[in-house]
Amino acid sequence: MRELPVSEITAAVAELSKQASCYLPKDVYEAFRKARATEPSPSGQEIIGQLMENADIARNEDMPICQDTGLAIVFIDVGQDVHLTGGSLDEAINAGVAKGYVDYYLRKSAVAEPLFDRKNTKDNTPAVIHTRIVPGDKVKIKLAPKGAGSENKSAVKMMVPADGIAGVKKFVLEVVKNAGSNSCPPMVVGVGIGGTMEMAAICSKRAAARDITTRNSDERYAALEDELLTLINKTGIGPQGLGGLTTALKVNIEWYPTHIASLPVAVNINCHAARHAEVEL
Amino acid sequence: MAKEPIRITAPFDETVARSLKAGDSVLLSGTIIAARDAAHKLMVEALDRGEPLPVDLKNQVVYYVGPAPAKPGDPIGSAGPTTSGRMDSYTPRLIEEGLRGMIGKGNRSQAVIDSMKKHGVVYFAAVGGAGALIAKRVKEYKVLAYGELGPEAIASMVVEDFPLIVVMDAEGKDFYKVGQAPYVRE
Repeated sequence: MRELPVSEITAAVAELSKQASCYLPKDVYEAFRKARATEPSPSGQEIIGQLMENADIARNEDMPICQDTGLAIVFIDVGQDVHLTGGSLDEAINAGVAKGYVDYYLRKSAVAEPLFDRKNTKDNTPAVIHTRIVPGDKVKIKLAPKGAGSENKSAVKMMVPADGIAGVKKFVLEVVKNAGSNSCPPMVVGVGIGGTMEMAAICSKRAAARDITTRNSDERYAALEDELLTLINKTGIGPQGLGGLTTALKVNIEWYPTHIASLPVAVNINCHAARHAEVEL
Repeated sequence: MAKEPIRITAPFDETVARSLKAGDSVLLSGTIIAARDAAHKLMVEALDRGEPLPVDLKNQVVYYVGPAPAKPGDPIGSAGPTTSGRMDSYTPRLIEEGLRGMIGKGNRSQAVIDSMKKHGVVYFAAVGGAGALIAKRVKEYKVLAYGELGPEAIASMVVEDFPLIVVMDAEGKDFYKVGQAPYVRE
């Protein structure tokens, strides 16, 4: 069995915190370039240009793309043939988040308790950790910092089978219109369909953090991704909500089997930075 | 943005605020006040107790921002706008205290718009998520009050040519609606 000291996970998470916060993913930068060429709105073009310039400054100077460097969402797939040594996995991940957010001057946005005291933990821990045990002897870590401007406009709805495809489209559009100018459009829209309430939400989060050059492997869902993108870009919201045809850069869907009586749908809005960085150990 | 930007300096008075129209591009210089969620809550609680505000808001522009920490040698880290709507329930009280302008992103409530019209206040949008670019326009950042709130403290910020768009003017005109209308394809 392969042994992997958890200190390597701490170091990897710290590095991913910087990469994800300061370096706009290449897939998103490329989408900006395309959108700037096709966006008819002058203010929209100007804003996309500013976002590209912003990404250049951030990359060159190791500065966060956006001051809201979010809660650290960590997706970790641990191969079942790996023996993690030297400490607890969750503690190692949190130590990496603390190190990354402190060492690289990222904003600490975590409060220790949500309702009464809301005291800042000062090191952006704890992370939100989604762990899966998978075949193999590798550990795959994806870090997707998530700001509140877009997260606050996300939603889940327990639909029923009779609502069908039309119901899903209607709900996704409702959520996007409600997000409007608040969620830093052009956005990336993650849609989770199926499972249970929490599984739909997790699917939507995985979808929102997925590379935007990818399509769902099921052609029917891939076609629905395209159709939803077209519908969203007809809303007129545009870059920053100031009007235009680039309201979203991409819609990603992830789905899961569900109950005979259920059709849960979750929509996780991601801002234009759509931050994600990953590594395999 | 098609038009040349208007250059203004903060703080400014009601006449300047009322001269700005929804859709205008603005380059703002001068001194503005950084404050967001927790600071707004504390300020309104202070007013409720009959205490004075920790800073005089008369003719000031408040920027809804919680910057990233500054690296050694820099005045500030990334410093883009946060969502303004979360401040809506506190805003009319601060407008009554003399607040003249606001910078953030996203829609405002009808109560805020009504108060802006009554008192002659303007609301600007900065580009959300352009935090690194905006940081380059900030020359000084100094905590004034509620330092214990960290990135949510009240601070004064000296800015130079901060690029903004007037999204809601003192007549109640909403540029989000006006701007989006030509591009609706439904």
